[in-house]
Amino acid sequence: MAEKNYKITADTGIHARPATQLVNKAGQFESEITLEYKGKSVNLKSIMGVMSLGVAQGAEVTIKAEGPDADQAMAGIDEVMKAGLSE
Amino acid sequence: MSQQLTGIGASAGIAIAKAFRLENPDLSVERQPITDVDAELSNFNAALETSKKELEVIRAKTKQDLGEEHAEIFSAHLLVLSDPELVDTIRNKVKDENVNAAFSLKEVAQQFITIFESMDNEYMKERAADIRDVSQRVLAHVLGKSIVSLAEINEEVVLLAEDLTPSDTAQLNKQFVKGFVTDIGGRTSHSAIMARSMEIPAVVGTKSITEQGENGVTVIVDGLEGTVILNPSEGELAFYRQKQADYEEQKKEWAKLVNEQTKTQDGHHVELAANIGTPNDLVGVKNNGAEGIGLYRTEFLYMDRTKLPTEEEQFDAYKKVVEEMNGKPVVIRTLDIGGDKELPYLDLPKEMNPFLGFRAIRLCLEKTDIFRTQLRALLRASAFGNLKIMFPMIATLQEYREAKAILEEERQSLVNAGTEVSNDIEIGIMVEIPSTAVMARQFAKEVDFFSIGTNDLIQYTMAADRMNEKVSYLYQPYNPAILTLVKMVIDASHAEGKWTGMCGEMAGDNIAIPLLLGLGLDEFSMSATSILPARSQLASLSKEAAKSLAEQALTMNTADEVKDLVESFLATTK
Repeated sequence: MAEKNYKITADTGIHARPATQLVNKAGQFESEITLEYKGKSVNLKSIMGVMSLGVAQGAEVTIKAEGPDADQAMAGIDEVMKAGLSE
Repeated sequence: MSQQLTGIGASAGIAIAKAFRLENPDLSVERQPITDVDAELSNFNAALETSKKELEVIRAKTKQDLGEEHAEIFSAHLLVLSDPELVDTIRNKVKDENVNAAFSLKEVAQQFITIFESMDNEYMKERAADIRDVSQRVLAHVLGKSIVSLAEINEEVVLLAEDLTPSDTAQLNKQFVKGFVTDIGGRTSHSAIMARSMEIPAVVGTKSITEQGENGVTVIVDGLEGTVILNPSEGELAFYRQKQADYEEQKKEWAKLVNEQTKTQDGHHVELAANIGTPNDLVGVKNNGAEGIGLYRTEFLYMDRTKLPTEEEQFDAYKKVVEEMNGKPVVIRTLDIGGDKELPYLDLPKEMNPFLGFRAIRLCLEKTDIFRTQLRALLRASAFGNLKIMFPMIATLQEYREAKAILEEERQSLVNAGTEVSNDIEIGIMVEIPSTAVMARQFAKEVDFFSIGTNDLIQYTMAADRMNEKVSYLYQPYNPAILTLVKMVIDASHAEGKWTGMCGEMAGDNIAIPLLLGLGLDEFSMSATSILPARSQLASLSKEAAKSLAEQALTMNTADEVKDLVESFLATTK
């Protein structure tokens, strides 16, 4: 299992396009990937799940991946995160 | 055989194209037990795949025609269809409860829609509409029905519909939708107003266009006369092609006046302003050379949603409009809801006589929390341009004083909190109730301006419901009674050094314009597309001559006599 914390710096939080990119990326892997925020955990492959969290700028989130390709998944997500969502 | 229908010309111009009938399929579903789970699931999966393929096509097309930005919405739709939280939940419901897929889909989608709609964020609320849109598409396929999307129209058409909702009109692509015709509605209904701001020829209120117009037949829409011809003959086609060309030519002539001052032949200036409903209308305002906004109807901010707009949302909209008008006057009317404009989330009781009932300022003075939120947003926006505030449906001085006192309280509290607020905001009222017109002298001492709302003033003076076709003959803008009231208001304002505008349909009417000029009207506010024709007409009129025309009109006996008088006057000035 892989796990990593992020602080969201994008001024729109995880909305619209960044959410789409994260979900698209997560969908490429077999592992179960979750996004945790304020004690709630959602499936990162679910656009509606991700958006329903309403993650705003400054939020601290945790991403967990569990499964055969957990490490690759984590690396893939990390790339999307660093490209504008988090530092 | 050609067939002609008559309606109300809602937006000027001629359109000729194939008919496209907008039909919403019946997507009602009920919970039904099923025995063959596999068959139910494979039907659902097939519907899902078909929907995805359709959306891929729409996305590619939209990207090509309108660019990536407009196509993004469909990427989001596609992602929803791949969402395991949605799709797996539906499948599980079918399996676990042995219930039909259509019902499962509707229920699960509704749960998500409810979550998103209740979020306190405009962006998230729009996502609820996306989910509804997408799930209806899949549902239609599950039920074996086809669904048409306005965005899918890819050839030139004339749209035929019972009526168009605001979200329908927002989706209209002017490149393909050349005109539209509806069964219901009048000149002041939402779809008519939208058609004018989008400059699409339209005829509304034909009663039976969706019954008579088959898909694919050729349709002529004459928005100038309010006529629609189905299956036109060669002769009719030739006639209307010529009329269309002439109208385009005339529009080019008008376009030359965009940056010109509005001046009468003898050098008097009057202000030509535009009526708008949303910041989106500003494009038309600029293209048509308006000298200001004479009426910003704020109701649209409150409509088509599930709860009241926040102060921030309102502030953003008002600020955008005053900023873009760049110092030109912007008259913003406070909430005019009630009457025919309902807000389901306010849960107001049904009334026997809504037009004479609990609406506009009457409602705002009772539900002061709603009123105060709007006033704060307006006051804050006043720091960014030339904003004027106007109260609707004022019947007594007492109402005006109360509204003004609440405004002053909010202004003080904002100023005390250090918020920037303009300190010379003009405060005016709509004159649409005869008692107020009669009392204009007293009002003029306390208000900064009047704006005459003719649609309501005529309906209240003649005691005739403007939505009731049986009494529509009583809608008489040229009736000497109306002209007399208009004159009383204008004279009263001038006696106190104030000004009077008019923001009803009458202000843009070519028969009324010479009369209003003669009566001394200072500001004419109309649909943006009427501005250039009005400017062109005013340039040919002399204010002195219009003054004697108006005096004569006031002595006439009937509306028809006035109309004849003006027509013969116009014939001699040509």
